[in-house]
Amino acid sequence: MQLEAHGIGHRYGDLAVLDGLSFTVEEGRVLAVIGPSGCGKSTLLRILGGLVAPAEGEVRARGEAPADCLNPFTYVFQDFALLPWRTVAGNVELPLEAKGLAADARRERARDALARCGLEDFATAYPRQLSGGMQQRVGIARALAVRPAVLLMDEPLSALDSQTRDLLKEDLIRLWRETGATTVYVTHNLSEAAELADDILVLSRRPGRERARIAVEAPREERRRGDPLVVGVEERLWTLLRSEAAEAALEVVA
Amino acid sequence: MSAREPAARAPSLSAAAPGAEGQPGRDAPGVRPVGHAAAAGDGSARAVELRGRGFEPRLRPAIAWLGLLGLLVLWQTASATGILSDFTLPSPARIGRALAELASSGELWGHLRASAGRIAAGFALGFFTGVAAGLAIGIFSLWRSLGLPVVSALFPIPKIALLPLFILWFGIGEWSKIATLAFGVFFPTVVATYGAVDGVPRTLVRMGQSFGLGPGAITARILLPGALPGILSGARIASSIALILVVAAEMIGAERGIGALILTSGHLMQTDRLLAGVVVLSVAGLLLAWGLGALERRLLRWR
Repeated sequence: MQLEAHGIGHRYGDLAVLDGLSFTVEEGRVLAVIGPSGCGKSTLLRILGGLVAPAEGEVRARGEAPADCLNPFTYVFQDFALLPWRTVAGNVELPLEAKGLAADARRERARDALARCGLEDFATAYPRQLSGGMQQRVGIARALAVRPAVLLMDEPLSALDSQTRDLLKEDLIRLWRETGATTVYVTHNLSEAAELADDILVLSRRPGRERARIAVEAPREERRRGDPLVVGVEERLWTLLRSEAAEAALEVVA
Repeated sequence: MSAREPAARAPSLSAAAPGAEGQPGRDAPGVRPVGHAAAAGDGSARAVELRGRGFEPRLRPAIAWLGLLGLLVLWQTASATGILSDFTLPSPARIGRALAELASSGELWGHLRASAGRIAAGFALGFFTGVAAGLAIGIFSLWRSLGLPVVSALFPIPKIALLPLFILWFGIGEWSKIATLAFGVFFPTVVATYGAVDGVPRTLVRMGQSFGLGPGAITARILLPGALPGILSGARIASSIALILVVAAEMIGAERGIGALILTSGHLMQTDRLLAGVVVLSVAGLLLAWGLGALERRLLRWR
């Protein structure tokens, strides 16, 4: 599915957070959205998946979702958003229950998604028994189980320590290759954007406007941490963001 | 704390681990704090004084039982030696005998059954309507706007004050007592429930919505289980209120029930039977709390 944003603008009361954003994420590509804190990245993501109504503009989807897709626009949350009273398998099955899948089909899909995320041995564990990295794997497995057409990821790795983050990056790359889901990936981490994205949308300080758009042409399987190409993209992003970030840091958050 | 104190203590630290400065992050590289520099010249190493002791109370069961037993022995001795008169405060042995008589004559079970029935009916009525009302207040703006002022206004009323009114409405029989209990249980349950629903993180609700869960599924699968810990601790409070209210109601107008037993024993100056009733209440309260605790452990295994 192709995702199109047409003139998205948003405000909370008098506070304008997004202004005139238009972009297209082509089928199967990964768009990273970066910007200084408070630039409305997360709000944009919520608008894209229909969790928040934009004050201006509209979001359109083009193309058909896969036949076995149960939830075209699917989120992966920064804080994982797992139900602590459900087991790992129970969390993955929750959206499948909501779609009225029979118990057998639910279990089958959950098992498959858990296996793909390396969680098959943890199906009966409760979230609190897992590390942050494993919990986010559950969040990703839950998203995979509905066979999404569009993945909306809100700083999915930012609650994790840096080694775990590197491991999960590899998982994400593999998952994108296997599912081909169109993805919008919000992050404030420049190296995540440089290592994972096909396109990077750089937002300005609040209200978030488009500052730049960068296409990273090298296949992400070949990008490595510290690779000159990755470092080069990071440098460009930092040059774009430096002054904005400095100003944003001085701002009193409302 | 005076600024001098850390400097005075610092010697042993830096002598034991030279180079490992107290707070490496704060000191500029190559700069040694004055206290540490002075310490380096001192040369002698002393053990660091342990200061992190205490403030960790633990329950030691042996001491707990011994304490309870000691109190009973003390009481029994005071009664036996005549320090306590048998009329004002009967000895534990006499209370035990009165309790045994009440039990063997079957009188106790009649009273207990009457009280337990009222508690069960009043609690069930108040609790389930309370959870429903609390959910409505926790979910809908309209119900929150309508319900909260009413709850706030009625919550602080000692519910026993309404028993005379309920007697006028429902008669002197069971229903006026059950209504008082239900009323007393309802309000704390409402408050606990909507507070617990408010406490369920909204990201979980948005997560549910983002996966296409409808309002019913969000309530049943996210809000209710998420609020369950809060609702159950509300149930604990409500159960002790129910126990208080059933005794009070039975003292106002009942022939049967533990409250009635205590009151008539008082009128007849049978302090041993009176206190036997009190013992039964204590045990009943403990059993209620224990039962709810067991229920909590079972329902909240995930914690």
